[in-house]
Amino acid sequence: MQTLTVQAIPENLAQVTAFVDLFLEALDCPMKTQLQIDLCVEEVFVNIAHYAYGDATGDAEVRLCETDNRVELTFIDSGMPYDPLARKDPDITLAAQDRQIGGLGIFLVKKNMDTVTYCYEDGKNILTMTKQL
Amino acid sequence: MDIMTKNENGILTIELAGRLDTTSAPDLEKTITEQIPQAQTLVFDLAQLAYTSSAGLRIFLKAQKLMSQKGGAMKVLHVAEPIMEIFEMTGFTDILTIE
Repeated sequence: MQTLTVQAIPENLAQVTAFVDLFLEALDCPMKTQLQIDLCVEEVFVNIAHYAYGDATGDAEVRLCETDNRVELTFIDSGMPYDPLARKDPDITLAAQDRQIGGLGIFLVKKNMDTVTYCYEDGKNILTMTKQL
Repeated sequence: MDIMTKNENGILTIELAGRLDTTSAPDLEKTITEQIPQAQTLVFDLAQLAYTSSAGLRIFLKAQKLMSQKGGAMKVLHVAEPIMEIFEMTGFTDILTIE
């Protein structure tokens, strides 16, 4: 398993993405799949950076592992308990004028990964997603 | 991400190249906010855009709303496959005019 811990601020997105891409490239991950995973990494990390710690700041830990060409990415923060999967999916059939943008990020994560699970343990939010390469 | 803009006779063309993400979306938002008031038609050329996240979708939606409010038109051209998949997944193919 590979682990990266960074301060959960949007400015660290590039560092997190580079960490994940390096891991995926070593597995000969197809470019299309890598872009899909990059998208999910951005949506999850930026959510933590924007909301987990309110006005304060804290760490986000990223864990990567792979078994039988299936990658597992885990994001851990110690912010306020929040289950992003509990949120209702956005209505994607509304006209532009009625569209709200909120919720699209986690919706994209659900669409692009094979599995996404959330749990709150020992004061930590733990979001785990997997995808077959 | 690179943002190239051109305004000719009220037709504002914005070419995007690279990655439209949380980091680069504020630059695009600034561009559209500043330039849409002078445009009758807005054309996004996405031929060189490799990636967008929900941060980018938010800007496309905002641009569409701004253009609709002023009675203008907005078109999105040359959408590459990875971006088109995101548009399809989120129903943006129904709210944007993609050519």
